This record gives sequence, structure tokens and C-alpha cells, in this order.
Amino acid sequence: MSSTTTDTKATASSRSSTLLLLLKMRTLVALFLVFIFFAVMAPNFLSAANVLIISKHVALNAFLAIGMTFVIVAGGIDLSVGSIVGLCAMVSGYLVLYGIDLGIGWSIQFNTLEICLIVLLVGAFIGILNGLLVTKLNVAPFIATLGTLYVARGAALLFSDGRTFPNLNGNPDYGSASFPWIGVGSLLGIPVAIWILAVVAIIAAYIATRTPLGRHIYAVGGNERGAALSGVNVGRVKIFVYMFSGLCAALVGLIIASQLQASHPATGETFELNAIAAAVLGGTSMSGGRGRIGGTLIGAFVIGILADGLIMMGVSAFWQTVIKGLVIIAAVVIDQFQQKIQARVILHQQAS
Amino acid sequence: MSGDADNDIHPVGLSIRNGSKFYPGTQALKNVDFDLRMGAVNVLVGENGAGKSTLMKVIAGVEKLNGGTIEMNGEQLVFVDKADAVQHGIGIVFQELNLFPNLTVAENIFIGHEKTKAGIHIDRAAQTEAARILMKRLEQNIDPETLLGNLRIGQQQIIEIAKALAGNANILILDEPTSALSAAEVDVLFRVIADLKRQGVGIVYISHRLEELIRIGDYITVLRDGVITGARSMKGVDIPWIVSNMIGSASKDFPRAVDHMLGDEVFRVEDICLQGPAGILAVNHVSLSVRAGEIVGLYGLMGAGRSELLECIMAQHPQSTGELFIEGKPVKEPSVSGRIRRGLALIPEDRKRDGLVQIMGIRENLTLSSLRDFTRGIYMSLSAETAKAGEFVRRLAIKISDMEHPVSSLSGGNQQKVVIGKALMTRPKILLMDEPSRGIDIGAKAEIFRTMRRLAADGLGILFVTSDLEEVLALSDRILVMASGRLTGSFPSGADPADVISAATPNQRKVAVS
Repeated sequence: MSSTTTDTKATASSRSSTLLLLLKMRTLVALFLVFIFFAVMAPNFLSAANVLIISKHVALNAFLAIGMTFVIVAGGIDLSVGSIVGLCAMVSGYLVLYGIDLGIGWSIQFNTLEICLIVLLVGAFIGILNGLLVTKLNVAPFIATLGTLYVARGAALLFSDGRTFPNLNGNPDYGSASFPWIGVGSLLGIPVAIWILAVVAIIAAYIATRTPLGRHIYAVGGNERGAALSGVNVGRVKIFVYMFSGLCAALVGLIIASQLQASHPATGETFELNAIAAAVLGGTSMSGGRGRIGGTLIGAFVIGILADGLIMMGVSAFWQTVIKGLVIIAAVVIDQFQQKIQARVILHQQAS
Repeated sequence: MSGDADNDIHPVGLSIRNGSKFYPGTQALKNVDFDLRMGAVNVLVGENGAGKSTLMKVIAGVEKLNGGTIEMNGEQLVFVDKADAVQHGIGIVFQELNLFPNLTVAENIFIGHEKTKAGIHIDRAAQTEAARILMKRLEQNIDPETLLGNLRIGQQQIIEIAKALAGNANILILDEPTSALSAAEVDVLFRVIADLKRQGVGIVYISHRLEELIRIGDYITVLRDGVITGARSMKGVDIPWIVSNMIGSASKDFPRAVDHMLGDEVFRVEDICLQGPAGILAVNHVSLSVRAGEIVGLYGLMGAGRSELLECIMAQHPQSTGELFIEGKPVKEPSVSGRIRRGLALIPEDRKRDGLVQIMGIRENLTLSSLRDFTRGIYMSLSAETAKAGEFVRRLAIKISDMEHPVSSLSGGNQQKVVIGKALMTRPKILLMDEPSRGIDIGAKAEIFRTMRRLAADGLGILFVTSDLEEVLALSDRILVMASGRLTGSFPSGADPADVISAATPNQRKVAVS
């Protein structure tokens, strides 16, 4: 998280601004503490193999959390991402195994790139559907995406009658043999999934900070009426954020199917909650208008490291859940506190 | 002002002596002496911001005096809060209805002080019965069991009064109760007021409709800038007397019109119509034009359709009809951003709700409408944006310590300047301003008016809406008046205030017919 100029210029009330700086960096501080804690307490925590495993886990949640951040910043919520993950995993599994059966005796088979594109299109399509429900039909985001949560999950189950698509090794004849590479391959010693995450995160951060679209996302979440009267196309902005979130979810579905070389229709259940948790932990405000991609990434890492570290320490899964919940609540409480202090510091500077 | 005869017929029920009220930056009441007479209608009149509402809030216990005393029956009192004032028999009906459309009439009347058994069980029967008695007292044929949302606005207004009376009010404050009523409903309300008067209730009546005040009032108090400029019995009061006390001889520090040549017509609207909620046209076939460098003031009372007209122009009502022309060329763009590109810009009435994104920074708010200017392809230059924002901060003399601070940390006047800056950054040809001086102190007001003058001198056409008579008279090159959705008058600058006011009064007979 980068500190803004508000911090550097505050000299008058330096104590509260130091505190403010600490509070602003709280997710980073938390990440640091969690990391140190497990490095000391959990054997093998710092081994290269373990770091890779953790980062793979984190990556999956981080994709969803990045998409979720945009949606929440724009004043919405997307509950359907977990189901989109499941559906997209099934779609990629189906395409790898069967291709598209045209019903006239032969079927179209796809290479890996084509499969990826189709799956991403499916994710984006469901996202756009969410966006249309929210903007054109005025369904509350919570309800609209709850609906698509069920629909997409049901569709995933229908794909295989609830069975798993096994052995997604691809077929060299069709050019899909490289399918498993997405999930298990690596470049320069770093897993492909992490590379993809880096690219997505950079694109998302760029959109958020350096494009009119990004500014509009924040404006819509901060004051929808005001944004509309300033000439922001609110409908288009909202459709974009849901589409982007769907796209991120599709990526996760693709990566999971490729990692496991199998796709199961229940893939991604409750992933949406982890994504929301990571975004909130990273400082995204549920009332919209506030949040950063960098913060969300750190939030995802805190949650991921916490989960894996506790497992390595042998803490029971039940306690893990309790601890995760407490961390999220603490994050929001501290956030409220920060807002209060920040307002005070600014009023101070304004008066001086 | 007082006479022994008056005191005999209408005893003073509540009086304020030397009352003062300060808000940050302004003094809303300055050493006010006010007598409220029982069994009579005490009318209170003054421009927006003259302190009427503050005075009433003080009496209703919503605000506290910073200096001076409130006396009731020879006893000095300080109302802790509104509930305390209700205890003392004071009821207030605010201009905006505070009702719940999904609850029944009886539930609305007793909201917050429900009749209960043992403190937990709502005694519906008792409430309904009490509501029925109240309806009878107010001569209304309204079933206490109907949902409030099913009543007409006028009836809802009566329910508000019933709510106040349910607290056994013997002092009733009505803040512009007729602004949303039809002529027939106004008659009903006046009958109710006459009845209450006979029952000895002391009524304070605030309104901008001067004929109405003369018709119903027994005593009149005129406020200007927090000072009482006239208080007497209503006998012999006429509209010129009221207007002269409202406006005074000495004008405020408004910039005089700097003479500059008006250019050609830059903006014209033709035949704008907008269907209102009740099937009446909220904007009724309005046509007007603005010339380059001209400031056109659009005066009218609340609900006259002025804001709706501006909203139609700014594409907020897709169902509205009519045509717009900028420099003679028709405006067909259906979106706000399209109209902004064509050279329209709106300063909305409600800064907080419509004008600003409160949690965003000052810079981000300033540039929100013109981000395109800093963008090449997908690259938005933050340094160009910062430079531009800085330029407008200097140009409009916005007082800030840091452009990155949230805009909510600024004072009202400076926030308004940010809204104006945002509009100007889009290089508009026509600036639409809805109540540009609302909620800002007198110094900032004068500054904003100077800015408007300067912009007009630079050739911008300005159409501004106001309900402040003095403002419209001092600032406008031309005054247009709206009432009940129609344009009802057009005056040159320096027109007679009384004419402007009478044009703004809705023609009640016409309303009753339509």
C-alpha cells in the first residue's frame, strides 16, 4: 500500500498522523506479523516448496478478490463468482474431453488457447448477465448475483449429471495437450498461475488508478447520482465491473481444472466469501467508493497464509474458521477507527 | 407592536426575548424578540435564510438559543429536545412530510409515542379510536385504518397536523404547509386552522405566498437576515409593506451588474413538458432562451417546476418532451455526457446528493466530468490532471490545504466552488445553476455571485434558479418566473419586486380547474 501525500504533509499533528500511517498500512503489518509468526512456529514454512504451494492457493482467491474489489468499490456485491468458477471448470473439462458435439455425426475439437478463450467468454457472459440484471432490471446486486449463484451452480451440475470429468490431460491431436500446463507448469521457476495473477493484478491496478473508467468506478460507488449528473455512464460502469469479476472467476475455473486435471461441479463453493473477506481485509469499503487492488492482494495473502500456516501448525480446521472470522471483524473495526482519525487529521490540516 | 386590547383577546402564550443563534460562520438570529399569541394565527415571513426556520426550530426544541430566553406563562424555559417541547404543548409540522406511506393513518399519528398496554403491546383499538376523534376534530372523512400512502398529499398534510395535535399541542407551527397543496386542499386547511384558532390554539404560520398570509394571519412578523424588521397586527398590512420589510432599502453586498454587451442567443428550449407524479404536468410547455453573456434568473416558489426544468435539460427525465437548441443547432444527445460535450453544465441544487462524490478527493471531484481531456488512448495523465485542477483551485479561489483531501472536509461555500469548477472544466456554453447560494454563508455567496458575473462577462450564458427574491433581482439581466410548471412572467432587471412575487403565486383558480 502506498502512503499518499496526506501522510507526508501532516507535520502539525504528527502523532496522530504516525498512528494514521500505521493504521493505513495495517494489512501490510498484519501480513508481516502473520508471516513472521508462522516462520518461527511452523516447521518448513519457509521452504521453497511450501512458499510455492501457498502462493498457488493465494492466487486462486486473489483473482476472485480483485474482481470483487471492483464490484464492491462500484457499490455492488458479486455472490456468483464461486459458482462461475464451478461452471467454468466444467465447461473447460467438457471442452477438453468432448469438444462441441454438433449432433450431425462429428464434433469440433479445440486447442488449449481456444478452450481458454471460450471459458473466459462464458465467465464474462455471466458477469454481463449480472450487470444487466442490476442495471436494466434494477435487481438489487445481492439478489441478482444470489440468483446467478444458484443458476450457474445448477448449470455446472447439469453438465455432467453431477459427475466429475476425469483425466483432463488433453489430446495432442487436437492441440490441447498443453491444457495441464496452465495449472501445473512454471516459467522461470514461478508457476504459470502466479504469472497470470501478476498480469491481471497489474491490469486491474492500472484500470483503477490511471484510466477514466477506474475513476468512474470509484465515483459510481461514492455517489451514484452525483456521478450520473457529472456525465458518468453509470450503467456501463456497473456492467463492466460484473463482467470483469466474471472474467476473473472464469480464470480461476480454468486454472483449477488444469491443476487437478479433473473438474468437479462443486468446485468453488463458498469461494465468493473468501473473496469478499480478502477485499474487506485489504481496506475495501462495503459501502462503495473506497478500496485498492494492492490492498486486496495483501488481504488475500493474509487469509491464505493464515489458513495454510495454521494447517501446518496442526491447528484444527474448526479453530481455523473461528480465527479467520475474528481477523475479518478486527479488520473492519480497525478500518472504522482509521476513518475517524483520518477525518480528524484532515480537519486539523484544513484549519491550519 | 403590542396593545392592551390585543393582549386581552389574544394572550401571549410564548415569547422569546433577545434570542440569538449562531451557526459556524453565520448568525442566524440576532437579538430577536418574538411574541406568540394564542387563539390567533401568527404569520412569519422572510426570504430564504432570513432565520424563520431557525426561529421555529428554537421554539420546537430542535435547536437551542445561544443567547436570550424563552418564556411560557411567565416562566423561563429551556427545551432540552423536541420531546421536551412536545411536553410543553408545542407541535411542529415541517415543510417536508415526515410520514410512513406503508403504515396506516392511525399508526402514523402515534408513531414514536404509541398507545400501549403494559408498555409493550400496541393498543390498536385505542389508537384507532383516538385517531378517529382527531379526524372528526379536523373535519376529515379519513378512515384511520387506511394506508397513508393511499391519501392525497393534502390529506397527508392534515395527518401531519393531526400528529402534532395528538401530542396535545396548544401551539402549532406550520412551515409552508401549502407549498404542495391544491386550491381546494388549501381551503380545507384554512378551515382547520380557523377551527383550531377558535379552540384557543396558537398557530405560527410560515409561507412565501403573501396573499395567503394576508388572508389568514392575525399578527405578522417579518424577518430579514436574522433580524425582525416588522411586527404588528395584520390590520392594514398590504403586500408592499411586507415586501419592503422583507427586502429593506439597503441592498446586500451583491455585485452590481457590470455592463457588458450581450451576445447572440446561445441556448433555447422549446415546449418542454414533463409529466408529474399526480398526472399534472410538472413542467408545462416551457420555452425560453438565453443569450451569450446573459444571466437569466428563474424565480419561483418550491414545487414550481424550476428544478424539474433544469433536470429535463440535463437529460434526467427520459420521458420529457420538447426540444433544445445550442447556438441554433438541435441537441439530440440522450445522455448526460453527450449534453456536457455539447456545452451544457449543471450545478445541482443538492450539493451533497447530486453535486459531489463526498469520499473522493478535491482533485478527483474537480476533474470527474472532464477526464477525457487528460486521456490519450488508455493512458490518463495524472500530472496534467493535477495541473488543471490546481489551475481551477486558483481561478475560483477555493480555500484548501491539500488537493488530495476528501471534498467533504471543505466548508459549504468551498464545496460549491468545487462543483462550479467541475462544471467549468467541461468548457460549457451554458451554465445551469440550481439554487447556487443554498446553504452557504453570506461571504461565500457574494463571492459566488461575483464569479457568476465574471463568467457572464466572459460570454457564458447562465440560467439560474432561485427562490431568493433579492438574489434574482440583484443578479439577473432578465427575470423569468415560474409557477405550477408554467412560465408566468418575464421581467427586465430592476423590476418591481411586488410584480415578481405576484407572478410567482400559483393561480389557484386555474389549478382547481385543471
